[in-house]
Amino acid sequence: MTAIPDKRGRFGEYGGRYVPETLMPALLELEQAYLKAKQDRRFQAEFEYYLKHYVGRSTPLYLAGRLTKKLGGAKIYLKREDLCHTGAHKINNAIGQALLAKRMGKPRVIAETGAGQHGVAVATVAAMFGLQCEIYMGTEDMQRQSLNVFRMRLLGATVTGVDAGSRTLKDAISQAMRDWTTNVGTTHYILGSVLGAHPYPMLIRDFQSVIGREARKQIMTSEKKLPDHLVACVGGGSNSIGLFHAFIKDRKVRMTGVEAAGLGIQSGKHAARFAGGRPGVLHGTMTYLLQDDDGQVNLTHSVSAGLDYAAVGPEHSYYHDLKRIHYTSATDEEALSAFDLLAREEGIVPALESAHAIAEVVKLAPRMKKSQIIIVNLSGRGDKDVNQVARIKGVTL
Amino acid sequence: MNRLDATFAKLKAKGEKALIAYIMAGDPSLQDSERLVLGLERAGADVIELGVPFSDPIADGPVIQRAAERALRSGTSLRKILAMVASLRARTQIPLVLMAYYNTIHAFGESGFCRAATGAGVDGLIVPDMPPEEAGELEAQASQTGLDIIYLLAPTSTPDRRAMVARRSRGFVYYVSLTGITGAKLTDMDGVRKNVEKIRKATAVPVAVGFGVATPSDAEQVGAIADGVIVGTAIVRRIGDHQQDARMIEQVGQFVHSLKAALAQRAAAQPS
Repeated sequence: MTAIPDKRGRFGEYGGRYVPETLMPALLELEQAYLKAKQDRRFQAEFEYYLKHYVGRSTPLYLAGRLTKKLGGAKIYLKREDLCHTGAHKINNAIGQALLAKRMGKPRVIAETGAGQHGVAVATVAAMFGLQCEIYMGTEDMQRQSLNVFRMRLLGATVTGVDAGSRTLKDAISQAMRDWTTNVGTTHYILGSVLGAHPYPMLIRDFQSVIGREARKQIMTSEKKLPDHLVACVGGGSNSIGLFHAFIKDRKVRMTGVEAAGLGIQSGKHAARFAGGRPGVLHGTMTYLLQDDDGQVNLTHSVSAGLDYAAVGPEHSYYHDLKRIHYTSATDEEALSAFDLLAREEGIVPALESAHAIAEVVKLAPRMKKSQIIIVNLSGRGDKDVNQVARIKGVTL
Repeated sequence: MNRLDATFAKLKAKGEKALIAYIMAGDPSLQDSERLVLGLERAGADVIELGVPFSDPIADGPVIQRAAERALRSGTSLRKILAMVASLRARTQIPLVLMAYYNTIHAFGESGFCRAATGAGVDGLIVPDMPPEEAGELEAQASQTGLDIIYLLAPTSTPDRRAMVARRSRGFVYYVSLTGITGAKLTDMDGVRKNVEKIRKATAVPVAVGFGVATPSDAEQVGAIADGVIVGTAIVRRIGDHQQDARMIEQVGQFVHSLKAALAQRAAAQPS
């Protein structure tokens, strides 16, 4: 499985590099820089140094005792990516790519953000490494994630609203690609998920795969055996591939990726690519895509800005077709109820994205034996969502 | 000889440069586009590039993005655009080139698309988000039906990419004059000249220059360098501005005429 992607950036029929010519040389340069860095012990040591001393890794693998008891089935472990500096797994990748930007001599970084977690992570590492930083964010997302907009500005980043299309993540990525096309000589685009043109899905997966490597070691220490089931939410799919990757070859470990079902698959207002999409190309990669018969990209809906995107990482499409990873979805309502559940049972307020994974655990754990183990990736914390959840509940803060 | 090659050959024999006018098909409606194609031909356009609207046009600036939104709102699809081309072919033999983002063609089906497009009378295809590395299948299908795949080169292209892209391009090579998106400002005319000269060394097919050509004076300068001048945003902006105007076709036609006049002036001053 380590042979994927191939040299053309293909995961089976998915992936590739569907970008304007202007960007091709930059992608080839990035690929070269990354392949060199990957072999370079100094780069790896530097990356690990920042993961340990700046991000606070390794993150705990916590046995959620009360949740386990309440659901009455499998033992539930939470991989606590919410405890990373800035509150989500996104910073693992942001540090790796900022180090690459430095190596390539690019003084400016840009990024898109949906929920704001990736934007905050990039603004943070840009401040720490002294890089100029601009973040693109849909105006709809800026409204529902206003706290993160303020955080990014505190960190010295320019936050530019994107008022096109659905005014969410998809449009923010388009605008970031246009900026990169214009400023490619001086700028590195820190893409936030395992999306986009090769080499992004590969290098972001590699930077995030620390999650699964740690979890594997931790569960072998505490339980002396591999988990039975892994669960993670899938927007672009970086936290899920980050957890799953170290277990891909362990055929007995089952894996479930949870997409956003929004108001329900039947309503059409969702972001469940595997339930309602078919292969197509968006933002440089061939993958499952929510689109109409003419190939126009559909508008998506999710209560969670980080899952509200019409395409999914190409490696997920590959494992979907191979049936190595099972994909399901959770509705807004199920996610909101899991959000409450985790807060009350475990004293942990999850990000709405991660709450989708918890919602699946609520369905899955009771059907499993008490001797079995689930690891769920708690990819981010929910502080950023508190305002929005209050609004949904009709509470004025 | 196909329509594109014949047009470039005819112009070259006269010492003239091709004016390639871009409009977004279906903006504001396909009926208007059909009239625009004929109107712009009368105004002096040598080749018409028809944009196929896409929901996420990453290579385009705000003017063409908004045109795509208008076209999608008016119900435009690739299938309907091909029907319009077929209908136009009863009335004009001007070369017609489609500019389509890859997903619209993928959704149609590559081989079906090449057959349908050639059958309707489309001469060439530009896919701004498909470098030659991803074009294998489409290129094979297109060469079977006789559809020219026109690739793009940019100021950032390296020498080996320049050679590869120029070698595979049919009809013409589309040189993107600036590092950026459509509608940006063209400032480095000297850089354009140097790059066009390098491309010429790599291929015998004509070189046309686009992105940032906004005025008759820009067209004149680019015309002195390249075989063809592509004007998109400046035309699309005028279509947008005159949408409600009964004289829209004439207004846009006047502008296209001024571009062609600037190119012709240069040809007259410097017979080649």
